[in-house]
Amino acid sequence: MSGTPELEVLSPGAYATVQDLGRRGHRRIGVPWAGVLDPRLMRIANALVGNPDGTPVIESFDGGLQLAARGGSVRVAVAGDAQLEVSHAGSAQKLAAWRSVTLADGDVLRVRQMLTGRIAVVAVEGLALPQMLGSASTYARAGLGGIDGKTLAAGARLPAAPSAARVERMLGAAPPPSTAPIRVVAGPQADHFSAETLAAFADAEYRVTTEADRMGVRLDGLALTHTGSPEIVSDATVPGSIQVPGNGRPIILLADAQTAGGYPKIATVIGPDLPRVAWARPGQVLRFALIDAAEGERIARATEVETLALLSALRPLLVGGIDEAALYTANLVSGVVHALASDVRPDNADQARA
Amino acid sequence: MAAQSDVTPRLLDCGDAAFTVEFGDRVDAALLAKVNALDAAVSRMQSAGHLPGLIETMPTFRSLTLFFNPLITGRAALIEALQPLFNASAPASARGRLWQLPACYEGEAGPDLAATAQAVGASVEELVALHSGGELRVYMLGFLPGFPFIGDLPAQLRLPRRPEPRVRVPSGSVAIAGGLTAIYPWESPGGWHLLGRCPVPLFDARRESPALLAAGDGVRFVPVSTAEYHRLDAAHRTGELDPTHWLRTAADAGRTP
Repeated sequence: MSGTPELEVLSPGAYATVQDLGRRGHRRIGVPWAGVLDPRLMRIANALVGNPDGTPVIESFDGGLQLAARGGSVRVAVAGDAQLEVSHAGSAQKLAAWRSVTLADGDVLRVRQMLTGRIAVVAVEGLALPQMLGSASTYARAGLGGIDGKTLAAGARLPAAPSAARVERMLGAAPPPSTAPIRVVAGPQADHFSAETLAAFADAEYRVTTEADRMGVRLDGLALTHTGSPEIVSDATVPGSIQVPGNGRPIILLADAQTAGGYPKIATVIGPDLPRVAWARPGQVLRFALIDAAEGERIARATEVETLALLSALRPLLVGGIDEAALYTANLVSGVVHALASDVRPDNADQARA
Repeated sequence: MAAQSDVTPRLLDCGDAAFTVEFGDRVDAALLAKVNALDAAVSRMQSAGHLPGLIETMPTFRSLTLFFNPLITGRAALIEALQPLFNASAPASARGRLWQLPACYEGEAGPDLAATAQAVGASVEELVALHSGGELRVYMLGFLPGFPFIGDLPAQLRLPRRPEPRVRVPSGSVAIAGGLTAIYPWESPGGWHLLGRCPVPLFDARRESPALLAAGDGVRFVPVSTAEYHRLDAAHRTGELDPTHWLRTAADAGRTP
């Protein structure tokens, strides 16, 4: 085997980009952070393939992503509630998310569909990409990051490291989905709305429209009336800002949003709940709950503790109760195929072992 | 204004990981001076290692937003540390650079010229003369990478944004709204009135300072013909012309290029 293996994008599916934790320090010249919309998924996926925290990943929307190993074997892992498929030597096998898998040269990984949400994050062992302004995150509008500053397209090739590990890893248990209200802190321009309007916003149900991408999510539902002008002298936005333009329909800003804006912002989604906004599919209903900023900070710290607990529960993948390391030792050549043969989900593996 | 010098700024919540120190709600050089003074003081304190967990700041016309990592610090701790700085006096502001930027106010470069002229009660020629007639100042950058908010336009050119924002504003568009003017460095949606196009690239991530313009810089627009616009656009694209070509020294500030 010569050279380093690569992962070729056969299809980006609905929308896929390279992201890492984003670029900091340039909002003052109009550069948004960009970065992965769900940092927890990124951390899990990177941990599964043994990458350092912060290694760039592929963030895929709405399924359809297809990746092929070229020039050697490539270890990957998918985090997110996705149904996967791996094709090896012409035969396709279903595969669960939340585990690593080593693709042999020519194997194809497909994100067939998202079971819930919109986002699947694919980590690639040893993925190394140049940084621009301190990050490999794609911000296509200004041609920053990723591969040539662009969203991923068929034919793009990502440099991976030769896969050294023999034992695949899995997550102890997938993070439980939440349907709880999205927690928001009132402000910075809550005073541009009456107390009744703010309360009505927190009571209302909003439907996600089709205008939902990495910049933001437009909502449909109760129109919010400004007490004064629907314009302010532009001030800073943050990821999670809920802008209310003249038509009264809120827009939640995400990672690629403009860094300054001239619409009053009634409230801000807290960081720990922002991934659930990004996951929401068009037509899905969102509800909000008002909390104060100190509670938001407390939730951020508690969420980090939960994430660390998830990450500490990674373990070697067990197939049908057999330690996979033993499986590989016994049958090195077809080990990859054996690992793919059973549709192992983390909870199934638990049962198998019990 | 002396009466304003000890105004206590408002603290506005921006979720769990940011807050805004707001000095006022207007475009006003006195407010901007306070913002810049606080920003500079925060930056000095951060450089000295006193503000762990502070990620970055975002200065605007009238406010400074602080972004922090809630796993390392918190709103209360930062406010306590920063309170003594809220009335920091402005450092003697270094005079910004002066740019003379070419702008084509003709044909498809300025799709809103006629309507805007009508709205402000002027001929197109008068509108162009008003827009390019004075030295303006970059208040802040934001919205898009390298996007400058430039003011103040003559009072006659003060117009609200378009009622229906455009889905696609071409890159290089020179636009006005709310007494300000701007240049769109990138194609994007936008609600400002489009008067012309500027062929000078305003952002290049490979440069040490990726944004061409900086807050505090002076800007004067210089009308050029459509043919000249295309020539300059091509020269910038091939690298034959460097954007710093449009920088004027104090000595030749009054002259046209």
